[in-house]
Amino acid sequence: MYAFTYERPATLDEASKHVANGSQALAGGQTMLAAMKQRLMQPEKLVDLSQIKALQSIKKDGNTLVIGAMCTHQTVENNADVKAHIPALADLAGGIGDRQVRAMGTIGGSVANNDPAACYPSAVLALDAIIHTNQRTIKAADFFQGMYATALNSGELITAIAFPIPKRAAYAKFKQAASRFALVGVFVAETGNGARVAITGASNGVFRHSGLEAALTQSFTPGAVQNIAIDAGPLNSDLHASAAYRANLIKVQTQRAVQQAIG
Amino acid sequence: MKFASAISSPNFHTTPVALQYDIGDYHACMNEAQKLADVAGYAQRQASSQSKGKLRGIGYSSYIEACGIAPSNIAGALGARAGLFECGEVRVHPTGSVTVFTGSHSHGQGHETTFAQVVAARLGIAVEAVDIVHGDTGRVPFGMGTYGSRSISVGGAAIMRALDKIEAKAKKIAAHLMEASDADIEFANGEFNVKGTDKKITFGQVALTAYVPHNYPLDKLEPGLNETAFYDPTNFTFPAGTYIAEVEVDPSTGVVKLDRFTAVDDFGTIINPMIVEGQVHGGLVQGIGQALMENCVYDKETGQLLTGSFMDYTMPRADDFPNFTLGHVCTPCTHNPLGTKGCGEAGAIGSPPAIMNAVLDALAPLGVKNLDMPATPHRVWQAIQAVNT
Repeated sequence: MYAFTYERPATLDEASKHVANGSQALAGGQTMLAAMKQRLMQPEKLVDLSQIKALQSIKKDGNTLVIGAMCTHQTVENNADVKAHIPALADLAGGIGDRQVRAMGTIGGSVANNDPAACYPSAVLALDAIIHTNQRTIKAADFFQGMYATALNSGELITAIAFPIPKRAAYAKFKQAASRFALVGVFVAETGNGARVAITGASNGVFRHSGLEAALTQSFTPGAVQNIAIDAGPLNSDLHASAAYRANLIKVQTQRAVQQAIG
Repeated sequence: MKFASAISSPNFHTTPVALQYDIGDYHACMNEAQKLADVAGYAQRQASSQSKGKLRGIGYSSYIEACGIAPSNIAGALGARAGLFECGEVRVHPTGSVTVFTGSHSHGQGHETTFAQVVAARLGIAVEAVDIVHGDTGRVPFGMGTYGSRSISVGGAAIMRALDKIEAKAKKIAAHLMEASDADIEFANGEFNVKGTDKKITFGQVALTAYVPHNYPLDKLEPGLNETAFYDPTNFTFPAGTYIAEVEVDPSTGVVKLDRFTAVDDFGTIINPMIVEGQVHGGLVQGIGQALMENCVYDKETGQLLTGSFMDYTMPRADDFPNFTLGHVCTPCTHNPLGTKGCGEAGAIGSPPAIMNAVLDALAPLGVKNLDMPATPHRVWQAIQAVNT
C-alpha cells in the first residue's frame, strides 16, 4: 500500500478546505477504492465525507425532492419521501449493485463520477434535476460532459441534488450480466413540459432522445414509440453488445419503462 | 416422446472402443425424467408463454460417462504414464476410534463425511469416531488424487478392502477371546458373535485387546489393528442419466430464462444423498453457466484477454437459476465393493446439451437452426435477426 493521508471531517466547511487544498474526496468508495487498489488512481490525500451529517438528508421542498449527496443507495431506496413522490428513483437505487454496494455507494459519488453505465445520471437528466455544490448550482443539461467528465471544477463538491417531482416516471435497466451495470438503462418521466427520456449505458455518457420524447409527449404509451428509429451510429459496440443490439434495447427498455410508469 | 435406444440391453454392453458398460437402466432414467419434468404439461405451458409473447422450448440430453478412473492396465494401454489405483489405510486406535488415511483429496466434495460414513457403517461405530486424513503426502500412503469422479469408487473401494483386512484380523482376535474357532465368528452391527450362540463382544473390546494383548494369540498373530490396501479397479464406472431443460426466450431482447431443469442420474449406490445433491447442483450450475453465460474472449488483433475480471466474465450466481429437480435411478456398479459409480462431473456433462437443445427448440419457429454457446441475450437476438435478413 502506498502512503496517503486520510481526513474525516465532520463539517462541509472543513471538507471543502481539504478539497481546495488538493485532497481527493471519498464518498462511498465503491469506484474509488477499487481504482486505488488497481493503481488507476493514486491520490496522496483523501478526505472522507461520510461523517458530514449535512449531506445526508432527504427532504421535500415544494415540488422538489432534495437528496443529500452522501445519501447511500440503500437510504434512497428505503426513504418514505422518495417512495411516495418519485418511486422510480427508489427503484433505480434499489437496482444498483448488491446489498453491500448499496450500503456504501452514494448518489453524490455516482453523479460526480459519471460512469457511462451508471444509473443515476439517467434520472438526473430525465428529471431535469439541479446539482447543488459547495460553490453554485448546475443544471443537469450542463452537468454531464462525457465519459467520467462533469462540469465540476477541481475543489468543487456536490452537496445535494434537487429533483423536480414528475407526474409519472420509471426506470428500466437491462443489466450487463457480469457487472450488473446498465448495458442499457432508460429513465422516462412525464413532466409538466412533456415527456423526457434519458439513456445510460449505450454511449459515452447519458443522453436524451428527442424522437422518443416527441412520441411520448404525444402519447405516453409503449405503443407510441414502436416505430421510432433508434440510430445505432453513435452507440457503443463492445464484447457484450453491438451498437445495433443497444439500439434495439433502447426502444424495448423505453417501452418497458413507460409501461411501468403508467402502471 | 418415443425413446429409441441404440443399446438393446442395459447390461454388459461392449462399445466399439472396447469399454464395457457394466450396468445401467437408461430407459428408467428417461421415463423418470419425463415424469419429474412434467413433460405432459409442457404444451399448456408453451401456450401460456406464447400468449405473453415469449417462446418456450424444451431440450433433452441423455449422457453416459466413463469415470471412476481407472484400471491401470487399460490406462497404460491408452497412453497414461501413471497407475490409477487408490490407497486406503485404516488405523484402529485402542479406544475403538479410527483414523483413515486416503489418497483421495477433498477440496469441497465432503469426503470427510462420506468416507467416515462408509467406515462407521462397516464397523458399527459412530461417525464421529472416524477421522479422515487426506492431502498430506507425508502422512498418507501413495495415492493418485481426486478427479474423474473416482473418489468413492476407487478411494472408497480401497478403504473397503482395508476394512476387509481389519475385519479378518479382528475376527481372529474375537475368536481367541471367545475361545471359538475363527470360522465360527460373525460380525454385524459392531459386534462379533459366535455362530449359533449368544456369546458376543464389541468392536471396541477387540480394538482395545489388539493394543493390550494380554489375552491374545501372540504366537500366531501380531498385535495392533492397522491395515492398508491398494485398489486397482477392474473397469471404469458408468453413471448415466437424462436431463430435461425448459426455457422461455424473450425474442425482443434475446434473454433466455431457465424456467425449470430436471436431472435424473443413476449413480449406483449413494452414500450421502445431500452431498450427492450438492455435487449435482454444482455441476449443473457449471454446465448451464457454460451454455448461457460464461465466455473467455480474446482480442483478435492483440491476443489480449478482454474478459479479464468478473466485471466482464459472467460467473453464474444463485439468482440466475431456478430450483433444480433431481431424481435418481439406482443400478449398483457390479465391480466395486460399494456399488458406487461417482457423481462429481455428471451435472456439468448433461446440462449444456439440454440447455442448447431447449434454446434451439424455442427458436425453431423463427427459423434459427444453429447457435453457439454461450447463448447470451446478445447472441440469441443476433441469431434471430440473421434469419430475417
